[in-house]
Amino acid sequence: MTTTTVPTATRTTVRGRVSDRLRAERRLGVLLCLPAVLVMLLVTAYPIVYAVWLSLQRYDVRFPDESKFIGLSNYGTVLSSSVWWQAVVNTAVITVVTVAVELVLGMALALVMHRAVIGRRVVRSSVLIPYGIVTVVAALSWKFAFDPTTGFVNGVLHMQTSWFAQRPTAFVVICLNEIWKTTPFMALLLLAGLTLVPPDLLRAARVDGAGPWQRLTKVTLPLMKPALLVALLFRTMDAFRVFDSIFVMTRGAQDTESVSIVGYNTLVTRLNLGLGSAVSVLIFLFVILIAVLFVKGFGANLGQQRGEAGH
Amino acid sequence: MEGRVGAGKKVLWGLAALAVAAYALLPVAWVVSLSLKPGSELSDGSFLPKSPTLDNFRAVFKDPQFPAALRNSLGIAAISTVVAVLLAMFAAYAIVRLDFPGKRLVLGGALAIAMFPAISIVGPLFNMWRSLGLYDTWAGLIIPYMTFTLPLAIWTLSAFFREIPWDLDKAARVDGATPFQAFRKVIAPLAAPGVFTAAILVFIFAWNDFLFAITLTSTNSARTVPAALAFFTGASQFEQPTGSIAAASVIVTIPIVIVVLLFQRRIVAGLTSGAVKG
Repeated sequence: MTTTTVPTATRTTVRGRVSDRLRAERRLGVLLCLPAVLVMLLVTAYPIVYAVWLSLQRYDVRFPDESKFIGLSNYGTVLSSSVWWQAVVNTAVITVVTVAVELVLGMALALVMHRAVIGRRVVRSSVLIPYGIVTVVAALSWKFAFDPTTGFVNGVLHMQTSWFAQRPTAFVVICLNEIWKTTPFMALLLLAGLTLVPPDLLRAARVDGAGPWQRLTKVTLPLMKPALLVALLFRTMDAFRVFDSIFVMTRGAQDTESVSIVGYNTLVTRLNLGLGSAVSVLIFLFVILIAVLFVKGFGANLGQQRGEAGH
Repeated sequence: MEGRVGAGKKVLWGLAALAVAAYALLPVAWVVSLSLKPGSELSDGSFLPKSPTLDNFRAVFKDPQFPAALRNSLGIAAISTVVAVLLAMFAAYAIVRLDFPGKRLVLGGALAIAMFPAISIVGPLFNMWRSLGLYDTWAGLIIPYMTFTLPLAIWTLSAFFREIPWDLDKAARVDGATPFQAFRKVIAPLAAPGVFTAAILVFIFAWNDFLFAITLTSTNSARTVPAALAFFTGASQFEQPTGSIAAASVIVTIPIVIVVLLFQRRIVAGLTSGAVKG
């Protein structure tokens, strides 16, 4: 933090008068942050605590009078259900496949954005369209494209597949939409890392006889590690929450449910708040686990990339 | 580096850029094409319409669902953006400029919320909103939207605020301005580009959200476009709504395309929190 050095210096040099001002500054700092912090706490921390409490109850919205405390039995129900574990597997598959493809594709995209001289503006603008487009619209577009009656894909591929009638092909389209939609975000984060690689280093490697592939794997990628890890962490967590694409394309039919779809179905369709909250809490724990894994396991430094050091 | 790249390589990277653009635009082109197809061509399996028509667009505006959803989307996204950016502005200023306890806590909390799975609080919010009378209202969506965009807005603004020449602020304080006056008169105008970038990102989030929109609304009084699209039934039950859905999709995509084309650099800078100076 470069900015904190100023007040610290003044504090130690001119003691008497500054302490008043320091107190005023502290009060203002807290005051300015308070609204944002309060909103964030009230809308996330409080509901998640409430979710934990609900998950320990038998609570059906249609029969609120029959609610009662039942301990961990909702968790037992969820953890022993094959629907939940199927959804966990589905979500894991979608997460791993999409994030892996996005990493490779995003890296290629970042390189093109970094190196292209002709058409740089065009490429930077056009990759933002998938990022900006409404996920539901993107999912509908791919759905209509693969649909056997309205679509053109079967015609182009000379196939007669009902893509959404079988699990593997439905997954292909779901992953395709996710990848199309979020690769640009990955690419932009990677591009940020790419611009931090000093050109002198690459030139030196070239002089020493390193080919383009060696320069990428031996110089660029190691230097990009922090940016890479952050991009991976953000995308992994985002992919784990996959909901919109599946809802639009299959509504979870053909065993394509993700954990979020299971949560939605239990909470909203079946109005079983107790059981649904147990699902919600489990998803929350999974996300924490992923974050801990990245930060402790791979040493992803979030503060460095975002928020703390903007340059 | 650029000076040493040969003309052939330039063309090659240019072609790659073109391929990337095609990749990004294909599904958009497809949905535009669908929206222009008359009902008779919807199932002909061709990519382009043979006799393009605007009938689908007329139909979609005649239907009561879509105009209401569009109004809700615009209003909810706009209000969420203003409130979120305002709150984030205060917080980011304090984080960058002031020395106070709990600064790291604010940044860390914001980071945690950025990773927060929305599905985890959908149930509690659904229950709370029903008892508070916020279910199926604009406020019921504005509150979660501003919450989930605050982290992004706070980071983006902090990154931009760090680039501001602070001596001006100090000069104003030396001249007798209070910290708040310095913020309002000196920093706010300089911070405008960052504020604008944060606003674009928040708006895109609120405009895109689907999960909250389908769980916390039930009627035209607050249902936004993404939710309406997913449940769109068409003017009559005998009509296939594909054309109308495509037309509605095109309408909600147009603002995004315009924003992206106009503010490409800002969005890139905002998404990478000022890490790219490009």
